[in-house]
Order: sequence, then C-alpha cells, then structure tokens
Amino acid sequence: MNEETQIITLTVNGEQVSRLVAVRQHLVDFLRTELGLTGSHLGCEHGICGACSVRVDGDVLRGCLILAVQADGAEVETVEGLTESGEISDLQDNFVERGALQCGFCTPGMLITAAELLLQGTPKTRDEIREFLSGNFCRCTGYHAIIDAVETTLNQRLENSP
Amino acid sequence: MSHTTLSNVFDRPNSYIGRSLSRPGARRAVAGRGVYTDDIDFPRMVHAAFVRSPYAHAKILHIDTAAAKAMPGVVLVMNGAELAERCTGPWIGTLACFEGMKSAPQFAMAVDRACWQGEPVVMVVAASRAVAEDACERVVIDWEELPATTAAETALDENTPVIHPDLGDNLAFKKVIDKGDVDAAFEAADIVLEESFSFGRHTAVSLETRALISEYDPGTERLTIHTSSQVPHMIQAVFARTLGVPEHNVRIIAPDVGGSFGLKIHTFGDEIAAVAASIKLARPVKFIADRMESFFSDIHAREHLISARMAVSREGDIQALEIDDLAGVGAYSAYPRTSVFEANQVLNITGGPYKHKNYRATATVVYLNKVPTSQYRAVGHPIGISVAEHMVDRAAEATGLDPVEFRRRNVMPDDGYPAVIAAGLPVKDLSHEACLEKLVAMMEYDELKREQAALREQGVHRGIGIAGFIKGTAPGPLGYYGVGGAPIATQDACTIKLEPAGGVICMVGVSEQGQGVDTVMGQIAATALGVTFESIRVISGDTDSVPYGGGTYASRATAIGGEAVYQASRALRTEILTMAGILLQSEPSSLDIVDNNVVAADNGEVRIPLAEIGRIGHFQVGELPHDYQPVLSATRRFRVSELPYIFTNGIHGAYVEVDTDTGFIRLLKHWVVEDCGRVINPNLADEQVRGGCVQGLGGALYEHCIYDDAGQLQNATLADYLVPMPAEMPDIEVAHIQTPTTESELGAKGAGESGTGAAPGVVMGAVNNALRPFNAVVTTQPMTPEIVLQALGKV
Repeated sequence: MNEETQIITLTVNGEQVSRLVAVRQHLVDFLRTELGLTGSHLGCEHGICGACSVRVDGDVLRGCLILAVQADGAEVETVEGLTESGEISDLQDNFVERGALQCGFCTPGMLITAAELLLQGTPKTRDEIREFLSGNFCRCTGYHAIIDAVETTLNQRLENSP
Repeated sequence: MSHTTLSNVFDRPNSYIGRSLSRPGARRAVAGRGVYTDDIDFPRMVHAAFVRSPYAHAKILHIDTAAAKAMPGVVLVMNGAELAERCTGPWIGTLACFEGMKSAPQFAMAVDRACWQGEPVVMVVAASRAVAEDACERVVIDWEELPATTAAETALDENTPVIHPDLGDNLAFKKVIDKGDVDAAFEAADIVLEESFSFGRHTAVSLETRALISEYDPGTERLTIHTSSQVPHMIQAVFARTLGVPEHNVRIIAPDVGGSFGLKIHTFGDEIAAVAASIKLARPVKFIADRMESFFSDIHAREHLISARMAVSREGDIQALEIDDLAGVGAYSAYPRTSVFEANQVLNITGGPYKHKNYRATATVVYLNKVPTSQYRAVGHPIGISVAEHMVDRAAEATGLDPVEFRRRNVMPDDGYPAVIAAGLPVKDLSHEACLEKLVAMMEYDELKREQAALREQGVHRGIGIAGFIKGTAPGPLGYYGVGGAPIATQDACTIKLEPAGGVICMVGVSEQGQGVDTVMGQIAATALGVTFESIRVISGDTDSVPYGGGTYASRATAIGGEAVYQASRALRTEILTMAGILLQSEPSSLDIVDNNVVAADNGEVRIPLAEIGRIGHFQVGELPHDYQPVLSATRRFRVSELPYIFTNGIHGAYVEVDTDTGFIRLLKHWVVEDCGRVINPNLADEQVRGGCVQGLGGALYEHCIYDDAGQLQNATLADYLVPMPAEMPDIEVAHIQTPTTESELGAKGAGESGTGAAPGVVMGAVNNALRPFNAVVTTQPMTPEIVLQALGKV
C-alpha cells in the first residue's frame, strides 16, 4: 500500500521543523515518533482523556484529534516547551510539592490545560477550576490535590501581579 | 548506648518517618520526562496488533491470512494454533487453595473457538502499528456463531449452554462460610431485614494502557521485556513458564507505569503472543493496547448479585448476618490469580467491623461469555462494604437508633484485640471506635444533620452516609498464593549497600507506579540507617537488579517491602558500626549513625563519615585486620507470619444531594478516617486514600461495562464508559488514627486500596439517606440517574 504523504513545516517549541509525514498521522504520533517529544501522551486516541493536550497557535487542543498535516505552518507547544521556557515552573513546583500527580501519565495534559486557566489571570473558585479541568482524566489522584496545586498557583500569581 | 528503642528510631530529630517528602519521580514527570513503555524505541523494532473475536462465542471455521501477509511492512502473521505450538500448553486459572474450583484450559490466542468478544485470534506484526492494523483488516475469518451465556442468574440453569462442556456446567467455584448458629439467631431475632443488591461490571482504565516491548537475543538466549507491570518477578515467571524459557534468562523491566490498580498483575494472551513473536523474529516487538481493545481485553471486575439478611435485636444489637453472592466472571478464570478471589473476599470481609458471631456467606461463581474478571483495586471490598453498611443503616432505622449510635454499639471494641471476625479471620491492632469518634467530630455530624433537616423543608434532599470497613492488606503466605501454587511471592526483600563514596543503594522487590513506593522506601532506609534521604538511591522494577519479591499488589508495598527495607537497613547499620568500631577502636555499642556520620552515641561528636567507611571498605581494606572483611551490604526478607492479612480499618462519611426530578447525585463532601498503622509519608498516604476514593466513586456512580444479551460490550470507549472527572468529584478530607501493626517493627499497614473499598458503600448510604422521605431505596451500582428515578418510581 502506498501511504499518502505530505511535507509539513511547523514550529515546535520554538524550533522550526520540516518533515514528510503520512497524511493520516495525528499530531501527537508525529510529535512522539518523529520528534521524540514523548511528554505528550495517548490515553484514548478519541479525544476524551486529555492526556495528549498540546498548544497549537495558542489554543489548547487534543493532539490526537488533529492531524499532523493540519498543523502545517502552526506554532505547536508541548510540555517540554513549556518546561524549557519556564512558563509553568511555578505550577510544576506546586504539583510536585502538593503531590498533585502519581503515575504522571495525565500530568502533561493537565499542566497545559491548567496553564490556559492561569493565563486568564482572573480569580477562580475551586468549582470553577474543577470545571475548567474537566476535560482531563486523572485515574490516580482523585483530583483534590490537582485542584489545590492549581488554586495555589493562581493565587500566587494574582498576588504577585501588579 | 546504641540500642535505641524502636520508637526513638522513628522519633529521632533526623527521622524521615511521618514526613511529607515530595517524590523525586514527580519532578521528572511534570517536565514530561517520564519514560513509559511506549516512549521507548529500539532499532529494528516492529509492532503488534490483534484481530479479536467480534462474537462473544463462536467457532473459528477458517482463517485466511494471505492478504495480510502480502502487505508491505508485515513481518509476521500468527494465529492461535501457531502460537500454541510456541507455548508450553494452555494454562488453567485455578489455585489449589480454592477447593473444588474449576476452569477450562486457556490458550494465549483462541484456537478453534473464541469465548468472549475481544479474545485475541490473530496477531499481525508489522513495521508500524498503523500498518499492522491495516493488515488486521485483511485477515478473513469464517465464524460460526454459538449461543452466548451472558447472565449470571441463569448460568446454572439446565437449558443454559455450557461454555466449556468438559467442565460439566458453568460453575467456577462455590464456597460457604457458616459460623455460629445462624438459623437459630434468625429464628430468635426480634427484627429480620432483607435486601438484594446488584453491582455492575467495571474495569481499571489505567490511563496508560497495557504496554510491552519484548526483545530476544538468540546468542545469549536472553529475553528482555520492558512492560508496564506491578509485579516484575511474577510476570517473569509467567512469560518463562508459558513460553518455555528458563526463568533466569528473562529480564523484566518496569519503566514508569502509567497507572495499574491491579490491572497489571495478570496474564494476557496478547502479551504472551507479542513475546513469542519477538523470539521467533529475534527483533524487538512492541505491543501497546489501544483504548478500545483495553475495554475488550483488560480484566473486568465486580459483576455481583447479592441477597442479604440481617437479624437485629430490638435494642439494636446485630445478631446474625447472611449473604448470598452470585458472581459472573468471564469465560475463563484469570491466570495465575484466578477470577474467584473477588467473591472469596466478599465473604471474608462483609460485616467485618462488627462483633456479631453468627455469619453465613455463600459464594457462587459462574462463567459467562464475557471478558475474564480478576483483581482490581480493593478486590471484593466495595461489594462487601456496600452490602454490610446498607444492612447496618436499615437495622439502625428499624431499631430507632441513629446510624452513628448503632455503629458505636456494634463495632468491635478497640481494647478487644486480638480477635476473630465473624467470617473466622483473625484481626488485631484495629481501632473502629476511635475512628468513628474522629469521623463524627470531623464531619460535625450533628450540625450536618441540622443543615440536612433545614434544607429538606426547602425541598433540597441531602443525605449523610457513614460506612466503616476492614480491609485485607499485605497478605501472608498462609493465605492464598503461597499455598495455592501460583508463582507469586508473598515475602518481599531489600538489598541495601553502602557505596565507596558514602551513598546508599537500596534495591527493593516492591515496585513503583507513582504512589511513592521509592520515596517511602528511601525514607525508611534513611531513618533506619541514619543518613539523609538524598544520599539514598532506591532501585525498583528490574528483575536483574532487585532481590526477588512479589511486587506491588494488595496494599503490600509499605507493609511488607517497607519492613524488609527497615530490617536490611538496620543490618547494614550494625555492620557499619562494627567496622567503625574496629577502625576507631571503640565499642560499636558506643557509636551511632547520624546524618551520614558515625558519631559518639553519648554526645553526637563526629567520629568518622560514612564516606570514609565506604572508601576504606572498598579501596583501603588493608587498613582492616586480616580476619575482618567488610561486606557493606545486607539483604533482608520479610513476610507476614501469623496472619492471612494485616487487616486495616477505617470509616468514611459522605454528604450528597439528590435531585429527585433528574436523578442526579451531587457529591458535596467526603471524609475519611483511616488506620493504616504507622504513616511513613502523610501526604502520600492521604493521596492514596483520596485517589482510591474517587476510583470507588466512579464504580458507585458511573462506571459500567454494559453488555447486551449476545455478549456484545456496548460502551467500549471513554466517551461511553464514564469515569469520574474533576467537576463531579468532591473535596476529600482525610485523617488518621495510627495503630501500628504488631506484625512488624515498622508498624505500617497497607493504605492503597481502602478508599476504593469504602467509598461506594458510604455514597450509597448517603443517597438512601437522602431518599428516605420518598420510601425509595437504591441498591444497584452504578447508581445512575435512571436507577435513582426508578427507585423513586418516576421511570
């Protein structure tokens, strides 16, 4: 069978990359297998669990529901990129300190979604944080500690913002 | 004096026991640097995918794989019969300890006949998973559909098809516990209460699915398997025995494990097939289950129908309890842990917190044409606890006592141990009374009741639930696996060694899945040895490195593995002090180890750093007498010796609101008081409890493997199989009573599963408490809105 392919050029975590990809390959398979960015995980590959969440042109998307070819020309950010830029270092510290992760499989997606909430820069109740994260499945923690870690980070940022 | 008593080892200023250290592994995971099995790549690696049976029960008439084999990129297509030739034979999932149990021989992939929808039939191995899946679509199988047996209630009826004719019927196992004089107690009882219950099937849904990469080197005959496993040594034995490879040639490495919850302690035919392919091809073979095939092939759990009777005196004393459990397992009993453990555990623990003496419990376990069931977090406990606590609530109501008061009256007294529970199992070091009182205070129970009453007036229906429990943790060899004949270690082990530069390597047989095993073991070792946490490297999850152990299951890692670490560390400490005594010409008993230094025990003066002990012990041994050769390493093993389990206890409280128009249940608050003995790391222990609770809440409210009458699973996606998400879950307040177990010096009991065990029962109690004015009773889990509305007579 001849696999249909296409050349794509995109920016991933600030670096421009160009690859020949199968048109049926979804974005996270591309990131994981072509670029070695294994921080984005696949938990269901049908858009429910949120483990594959990545940022594409500033929006958080399910990386399993977008094809790599659709990201041609896009700016993609993954947990590796957000880690290196330092954007979420406070959130990561609070996750570690609070024990807001166990197996860690959901964590990159959870962090990327929480980062979006933090960027809104407005106060949130615990219920609002729970609602915001409700597209991300965690089987280990029971969520309480995750909500604590996000709430703490949000409050720290609000206190420190002018 | 160096013979410090145990309590002051744990209370020393530099003790790590009782401190909430964060996990070094967490720091790695938040950066996306975790390494799970699917993140690993090898040169020449190929990928396996499976054709699975579309029918619950069907004969395989013909398999045509020609088109699949002809596809570019396909390197191997193997059917069940071809795989069977590479195996030592089918396995039989029975254990000798379950008397009279029977199961049919099971092949790794179906041969001639498939017995559940999803059973693997043909394996395709190709250059990529995508190509392997394409080729699976080209495999043509002629099937003859057979009648499927899918209802437990009728599985033993005469006209129900027998799944395995050689077994004679669909009965897997029957067991009766009959203690005291149940019939006399019921006859004499003031009040007899009866109820029936239904518990739906659910499954583990670890976010990382089952995953494996197998490599075989024909030169050394070495089989190296990276796999997401809780039990490296058990699965080493399983692969070795099923494929005829010497056990010592098999190396199991469990990289980061993305959740397991009991799922990853079992034998799966697709995994055996992938390993066989790696041997045949002499190339690394990767198999990562996708989500849909996980629903069709991961073990399921908890399909039980129960009827219960309780006899109570007018004054409010439980006089007898009787339960009859009918459990529908899959088409085969899972290997090597069986599919009957769950029903057996229901019998063991139901009503376990209470001091009544008359107890009869019957388990009938039947085969169905469904996915095999087996152990999943808190095996049997959600069922037994839900049933008993519901009957207790009914009894409280019937005798006019508050549920708290009724429990006060009936729980086993804290000063009454050791004791034997009604089911006949020994228990000790429990604290039902203390836990109950602490819960009542935490919940502000009376205030909560006032609020509930006030809101009733406004048409808001809230319910308060209370559920006490016992939980079997840390099984000993007298229980099941040891005597049952399975290759599953109930002992566990630690090898600890002082390295030349003064660092400490601590290798443990128990394994890490993110709950913090490595951290807890490090805390124990650091404390027992007298060194900083940072100077210890804990190694787990590699059968080439760690001493033989059972791995992590049944809430055993801290209770059993932790004690092995404690004992090994104390032994190494003794050796270090002996060597230091020789070097310093001092009595070892006058020395101690504090903060990585050997110090004078009386005044803490530093005498020699451990780095010096390490350097001399490895490089300058000539400074020591000829007749003294330091080893600077110790291995210790620990097993529970006197009990089948180290039972723990605790109690949950729940506050819920039921919308009587929609049937929706809103969880407002959840409280837990847990007695898991000595708490090593409070934060990690609390998070085990919280995570466990939410898994239990999922089973109580949402999770259900829904089958139709033909044995077709109706909801094998995460869109259709509902799991708890953040918005539906409550905050969970956790407190501890610490009654150290007297089975070990460390005193830790298991903490990983009890949340899952008790949460369903307490929420069911709270829902029924909310529904009381409507005379509506819910005894079906999951308690979906439909079930609630049915109870209310609205649908």
